[in-house]
Amino acid sequence: MAEIKLKHNEKLDLDNILKDLDKYEPRRKGWTWRTPAPGLKMGPFEYKDASEPLKNGVPLPPAKYFDNIDPQPMPVITTEIASGRFEDDIRRMRMGAWHGADHLMVIRTAGQSHMDNLIEGTPQGIGGVPISRKQVRAQRKALDAIEDEVGRPINYHSYVSGVAGPDIAVMFAEEGVNGAHQDPQYNVLYRNINCVRSFVDACESKKVLAWAEIAQIDGAHNANATARDAWKVMPELIVQHAINSRFSELAGIKPENICLSTVPPTATPGPCVFMDLPYAVALREICDRYRMRAQMNTKYIDSSAREATVTHVLNMLVSKFTSADIQSTITPDEGRNVPWHIYNVEACDTAKQTLIGLDGLMEMVELKSDGPLREKAREIKERACLFMEEILEVGGYFKAVEEGFFVDSAEYPERNGDGIARQIDGGIGYGYIYERDEDYMAPVTAHFGQNNVKQYGGDPKDPSALIGGCTLEDRSKIVYIDELDDVDNVNVRMEETSKYRDTSAMIPEMEWMGDGIVMLTMMIPENRRTAEVAAVEIATKMGLADPEVINREVLQDAEGTRIELKGKLGFDIDVSKLVIPPEPHYLSDDEIRADVEAHPLKIVCGTVGEDEHSVGLREIIDIKHGGIERFGIEVHYLGTSVPVEKLVDAAVELKAEAILASTIISHDNIHYKNMKRIHELAIEKGIRDDVIIAAGGTQVIPEEGLKTGVDAAFGRNSHGIDVASFLIEERQRRRKDK
Amino acid sequence: MGAIILKGLIRMKRKDDFAERRKHIADLSDQELYDRFWDLTTQVVTPMLELGKKNTTPSVERSVLLRMGISSLETKPIVEGCMERGLMGKGAGHVVYKLSKAKGISVKEAGTMLAEGKGWDEAVSLFKKGV
Repeated sequence: MAEIKLKHNEKLDLDNILKDLDKYEPRRKGWTWRTPAPGLKMGPFEYKDASEPLKNGVPLPPAKYFDNIDPQPMPVITTEIASGRFEDDIRRMRMGAWHGADHLMVIRTAGQSHMDNLIEGTPQGIGGVPISRKQVRAQRKALDAIEDEVGRPINYHSYVSGVAGPDIAVMFAEEGVNGAHQDPQYNVLYRNINCVRSFVDACESKKVLAWAEIAQIDGAHNANATARDAWKVMPELIVQHAINSRFSELAGIKPENICLSTVPPTATPGPCVFMDLPYAVALREICDRYRMRAQMNTKYIDSSAREATVTHVLNMLVSKFTSADIQSTITPDEGRNVPWHIYNVEACDTAKQTLIGLDGLMEMVELKSDGPLREKAREIKERACLFMEEILEVGGYFKAVEEGFFVDSAEYPERNGDGIARQIDGGIGYGYIYERDEDYMAPVTAHFGQNNVKQYGGDPKDPSALIGGCTLEDRSKIVYIDELDDVDNVNVRMEETSKYRDTSAMIPEMEWMGDGIVMLTMMIPENRRTAEVAAVEIATKMGLADPEVINREVLQDAEGTRIELKGKLGFDIDVSKLVIPPEPHYLSDDEIRADVEAHPLKIVCGTVGEDEHSVGLREIIDIKHGGIERFGIEVHYLGTSVPVEKLVDAAVELKAEAILASTIISHDNIHYKNMKRIHELAIEKGIRDDVIIAAGGTQVIPEEGLKTGVDAAFGRNSHGIDVASFLIEERQRRRKDK
Repeated sequence: MGAIILKGLIRMKRKDDFAERRKHIADLSDQELYDRFWDLTTQVVTPMLELGKKNTTPSVERSVLLRMGISSLETKPIVEGCMERGLMGKGAGHVVYKLSKAKGISVKEAGTMLAEGKGWDEAVSLFKKGV
């Protein structure tokens, strides 16, 4: 099957992705870490903890000051993308990858963990995506093209849990999925799936994950998100991590593929780093055989994207002080809605910016080996150890679950009696556990436990040889199912939005193609309640459908409220009918400097006419405003209210190569008249061929200005670089003509 | 120390007795604490691994059938057929394998037969006769 090659300036062709999926084969199995690049030099800098750079990406905004460098930190960066329509998520994955994500995690649709089989086809999801073979293939296939484009392997990830865990694990192994959540405790505590069933299923799932070299992430962080006072569950979090990790290791997963999903448990306005750091240290010391997937706090997230971002930056400070093999990101709009495109990208940028900003930090600072950090870390470890002791005392894990040991809101060993309790003989899937007979047999690879293949002369080390290899050895045996539902599938959805895919019609989107959602930010000079209602009224009058306030922050009780609001646009536009002016053309600073150095450039300038304005011209010439002086151009500034004659005389006298005239006042078209006069005077004095004349001002329309005979005219929002680029190119052209 | 009874499950209420409870581990070195913690953890998880070795479930069996090249549309009715007929202890994959051998057909064909509700009597009798 021919591989898809993406072009950076062309949209991803979803039809092409969906074509021939029955023939798709994943290019590799297993997880990929970033490649370290110690001592990496980029632009004027050297990095201590960076990884190999990308081939294509979008650098951080200030990179334009540093040759557009885009250094990449060492941890793999996760972004979770699951809008319910996997086809739209593919486009978001590409955007995320360009911003540095190389672990793309797909949340499952609500209710999938209770579905007692694989889902096939591509139904639409709620709060996530129905994970099916077709959907996984399409996304993995797209990621193959995207990873080629950005130049770094991308890990694809979803969940192996619920009552169809082993089914999904096998499908993931067959389809080259690279990472997966697997933690039977999650099923038990949060999905009320029978605990014995969960652990028996988990043995099989983990054995399959081990075969596929899939990196496993646990589910312990959910205790943090569920418990009333999240910081009190620290001892339990360590216990949950340890149970799943050790269980996984004994089921066959290599320790380096076992990743702990760890969250700094608390947030501001608590002194969160002081509380979170000892926990992070304790966890990493106790679980030193495993990898750390540093998740961000969601427990205390609210609707302010700024506030969430700061919390996440503080979380990454903890990652930096300790360690993170995978740095997960949470979109800063998580507290508002299902994440939008822009916030996935923002979260990736936040991670990249923070981790690169903290590059090399640990070569300069170290955590203290005494004091509150060590004392608290030791205390947390002891509490965790005592927790594990008591599990055994009451008769083991299942008994402890029955007694509500987990997700209790008190800090162990204190108990508030509000933990999640599940009965060993209850829950979903109870009664569906079958003891294997002596002659139990399963002729497949990666099967856990007793397996009597010897009765048929089989080799216990290679059970699938009995059937000539299973799907894990022979892909041609995999049964690919396209669609089962004629209405709820990707083809129907794409047909509905084909206008935006196949024509030049365009409508903004936040989540799905064609959703038409836009966000407005405004400061309403009213109290909070009034502001919320007023904002909706304003949006309605602007023509937005379904307006809804998604964030409000009081500036002062009476003076004003910051409002963010979303609504649906009721129209689309035809981009083919837009008149798009060409982008302004600039030379690079280096090109300009080189030309000036080889051919020194002298200019005269001033604000002409009866005009005392000086700001505009100063912006163009002054070195401290980024003006043209910085290129080494010799500037003779004659001041304000300069008569045009004086300007031209000065050019003659100084043998200047260019005249720059600023002209602000536009009454009676005096600005254009002055420009014309300079041009005429230069002819009269016999220097017109030797001098470049440029003029500008806030009221100047460049096209009109040129009609006066000057060589260039600059309007509002022009900068030194515009003028310098013009001067250099014009003199180069003139040199050539000679 | 008190207890709350909720839906028949007893959940404990207890004041923080950490100072008392930690006495026997207070003097352990960090390494000793580490070793103790992992020893306890291994004791906690070992019984669950034993359960996994000795038992199976509908999803484990469906995952076996998937690996044998049987469609997800067929794995579910086959496993349900095994549960109805007391064949889960043999393994659903085993049932399909044995039927395919007895009838001289492929694993895939045997799977489709069973999924369509055919061949079950023969499958049951194959296991009655013993291996």
